[in-house]
Amino acid sequence: MTDSNHIQGRIDWITVGFYVLFVGLGWLNIYSAVYSPDAPLAFSDPAFYNSNAGKQLVWIATSFVLIVCILVIDFRFFESFALFIYLGLLLLLIAVPFLGVTINGSHSWFKFGSVTIQPAEFAKTATALLLAKYLNDPLVNLTKFPFQWKAALIILIPMILIIGSNETGSALVFASFLILLYREGLPGTYPALFLGGIVLFVSALLVNAWIIFVVLVILAGLLVLFMPIYMQRDPKTYLRLSGAIAGIMTLALLVDWVVNNVLKEHQRNRIRVLIDPGFDPRGLGYQVTQSKIAIGSGGFWGKGFLGGTQTKFDFVPEQSTDMVFCTIGEEHGFVGVMLMIIFFLGFLWRLMYLADLQRSRFARAYGFGLVGILFFHFLVNIGMTIGLMPIMGIPLPFFSYGGSSLWSFTILLFIFLKLDSHRSDMLSR
Amino acid sequence: MFNQRRNLIFLFFSIVGLLFIGKLFFLQVIDDTYEKAADNNAIRKIIQIPFRGEVYDRYGKLIVYNTPVYDLYMIPRKAVVKDTNHFCRVFRVTKEYFIKTTQRARAYSRVKPSLFLKHLSKEDFASVQDAMVDFPGFFFETNAFRTYQSRSFSNALGYVAEISQNALEDQKDDYYRQGDYVGISGIESFYEETLRGQRGVKYRMVNSNGVEKGDYKNGSLNINPVSGNNLYTSIDLAIQEYADSLMQHKVGSLVAIEPSTGEILAMVSAPSYDASLLTGNNFSKYYQQLALDPLKPLLNRPPSAYYRPGSTFKLVQALVGQQLGFIGPGTVFSHAGAPVKCHGHGPVDLRGAIRVSCNPYFYHAFRKMIYDNTSGDTYERSAKGLQRWADLVANFGFGRKLGVDLGNEKKGILPNVEYYNSVYKGEKMWKFSNIYSISIGEGEIVVSPLKMANLAAIIANRGWYIPPHVVKGVGLQKSIDPFYKTPVKVGVESKYFNVVIDGMEDAVTHGTVEADGRIPDIKMVGKTGTSQNQKGKDHSIFIAFAPRDNPKIAIAVFVENAGFGGSAAAPIASLVVEKYLKRKVDRKAVETKFMNMNYLPNAYSVVRKKAAPDSTKK
Repeated sequence: MTDSNHIQGRIDWITVGFYVLFVGLGWLNIYSAVYSPDAPLAFSDPAFYNSNAGKQLVWIATSFVLIVCILVIDFRFFESFALFIYLGLLLLLIAVPFLGVTINGSHSWFKFGSVTIQPAEFAKTATALLLAKYLNDPLVNLTKFPFQWKAALIILIPMILIIGSNETGSALVFASFLILLYREGLPGTYPALFLGGIVLFVSALLVNAWIIFVVLVILAGLLVLFMPIYMQRDPKTYLRLSGAIAGIMTLALLVDWVVNNVLKEHQRNRIRVLIDPGFDPRGLGYQVTQSKIAIGSGGFWGKGFLGGTQTKFDFVPEQSTDMVFCTIGEEHGFVGVMLMIIFFLGFLWRLMYLADLQRSRFARAYGFGLVGILFFHFLVNIGMTIGLMPIMGIPLPFFSYGGSSLWSFTILLFIFLKLDSHRSDMLSR
Repeated sequence: MFNQRRNLIFLFFSIVGLLFIGKLFFLQVIDDTYEKAADNNAIRKIIQIPFRGEVYDRYGKLIVYNTPVYDLYMIPRKAVVKDTNHFCRVFRVTKEYFIKTTQRARAYSRVKPSLFLKHLSKEDFASVQDAMVDFPGFFFETNAFRTYQSRSFSNALGYVAEISQNALEDQKDDYYRQGDYVGISGIESFYEETLRGQRGVKYRMVNSNGVEKGDYKNGSLNINPVSGNNLYTSIDLAIQEYADSLMQHKVGSLVAIEPSTGEILAMVSAPSYDASLLTGNNFSKYYQQLALDPLKPLLNRPPSAYYRPGSTFKLVQALVGQQLGFIGPGTVFSHAGAPVKCHGHGPVDLRGAIRVSCNPYFYHAFRKMIYDNTSGDTYERSAKGLQRWADLVANFGFGRKLGVDLGNEKKGILPNVEYYNSVYKGEKMWKFSNIYSISIGEGEIVVSPLKMANLAAIIANRGWYIPPHVVKGVGLQKSIDPFYKTPVKVGVESKYFNVVIDGMEDAVTHGTVEADGRIPDIKMVGKTGTSQNQKGKDHSIFIAFAPRDNPKIAIAVFVENAGFGGSAAAPIASLVVEKYLKRKVDRKAVETKFMNMNYLPNAYSVVRKKAAPDSTKK
């Protein structure tokens, strides 16, 4: 066991500083979102602890308890027990449809007394741990297909279970492990194909299939024109290119078909809202419209702390949880959100820097898993408030209101900080 | 080994971050539509309409005031009516009305208030007050409409109605909104900006459910409403009502002015209407009816109806002729050589000519005025003479606006050189023989009753007038435009008035005025006029002032299709004068006779013919 002095000496205080900053700012924004100019609640008022701001204060306090717990646990525990943690979470995910309760239309919560826990939030931590443990084996080579396949299996099992309980947003977070895998040696073709697929998907929705076809043909033509001289312009090349175009076109048409026939109505509408900003502003597009109004009305300098009218008067739904970014945008303006984005990127950079310092592959891979998850939330959460991403129930790490989310991100982060604090104790393999 | 991949990953992160910052810059800094949308969302502008100013008569009697009424609003989201039948009974509406209005309100907004029922009286409001607890989502807002103390004076007062689409589009300062009330005619229109006061604006913050959450920016943008200023008119309500009663069953005008101040004591336009019919819920019902009435009860005739002055204009000729030096008290003209005829009497001097209203006399006098100069041929001489004449006559207010404080005052026509040049399509196309009709108030000259009352005031004052006005004080200070305090000289020396006033006295005592038009104990002087009317009976005109010395009232009465001037207009004028000076009328028989006199059948027969425009002869 390590004594506490030891921990303090090695823990990365810069990261802890970011954490405290984000949680603190998040709380102030939650306070502002629930603040009512008619009846400001005092801290001494018991009613305050029934408001989101009061409850978040409790979540923050308990998070510190969690942090202490994580820091006193032996650092080897996480690697040793990764499989058990993973399997335990899988059990919970399987159990949730039978034993869970429904909150906000999502049947994915466990209720212990007055505390509700969403296992999906913790599944990503467990998956990151197991994936990191798997990669810790020096024989695992991600350029080889069998290893790729096994790594994919670790990711896909919880993902599918979560999709099963209708939490598509939380399931999509698992796509962020691509960053971890890429860092650990997965060929660049995979993320390239993934991004290309997204581009294809969006363009298939936005523009007519014929336009995609024409663009592809032009691209192929350019490719042939500027083809390096050493490559042969034989019929085989043309055949391949034609095959590629046909394949991509099939995919593009498949997207249309999937969107229209496979996706559920509400999912289709979320996508529709995204590609058509004017779509149903009072109904389905309400959240995006109001969110954009709130952020847009902030202007350059913002309306000042507690000065927002849109977020304060409930125009933006879910403004403390998934839409907390709106409050920042409205009250602190462009300056505020720009600083927030820069800080968040700085935070990610710091984490990646720390991850690369790790001697053990386990800690490094976990670190990149953490970075990927945080980035995915950052991407989707902010993206959806400004209309660049479809609306998904995905919180902004450390900022959003909610116990499960704050706890899971705290655990996710501090396991890494714990591992980092022991990086010299770890065996370099 | 894959260390450079970290940089690639971070490059990707940074691209996303920049993309977000770019999009946010566009949303927050460049595009300002969101700011407006936010204000529309969360800030509710509440307009507070102040009470319109009240109107008083010259003795402080209230003429127009405001009655508070209550408008019922509903907020569909909150409105839950459990028992529709009960609701309909309480508010006395039909179930269809309830359903239709509720649907319309829902379609407008679920969270914003919609008007449900307009203009509930105080009594109705009181009767439903207790039941209001059963109907959440419904609430009252106070409003007010004009209430008239008297049925009199409606035309000069004007009325208030919802602003028309044209007026809404034409307004300069963007004050009015759709559905706002605005003064349409009379002093309601002329003093609109004084009466309406200053509208208040409150900016309230509301949440997404439409619930108010306090003042926006702590109320720093709010403007408190300021009530409209009261108007203190010079109208003598007793005289006004009396004059109105005399003018019933008649078409015409009556204007009484205090000569020394230009204050209008009474102004009647007949037929009139009950102004209270044009308030609140009645408006649409009665407005159509009044607007379609062929006798045009909505028209305020005194400043805007056109008549030829007839023989009353001879007074102007007598004054102008003397001032220009062509006639004097001793000037005598015979009937010979005049194309206008006269009744059986011998050659007369100026005083006698006014007494008997001698047409040839004024023909000759006018001829002298026109031709007595030495420039060129008859055409040139006519033009030069007419110009000299018209310049002087214009001083009396003919052919231009007097500036009365009423909406839609008309200029009338004073034919001058320019006018005839355009009528005869060129200079030197006309001469005296073409225009002599105006010598006796015929032909092209057109006046309003107000101008003729003003003429009576000019003669009473012997050469000056103060622009006639209805309002003698505005607001608490009872201030008034200095324009209505400043005498205007007409450019005729006061000595020339003696013979004219003598002639007018004779006209009343033993001239054209019949016995009904004489007041035994008051020395009233006046002049009759008769407009012959091809389509119907003549218009009867009389202008006068009294008492002869130190005049207190100048009056003009026009009664359409009532025949000779001395027969209808003069007795009515004499009754009003008597009532004003003695506060009572001793000649009860005359009073009864003329109150009951009905000239409307004549007027309707003219309306029915609707042929060529009036032509007027002596």
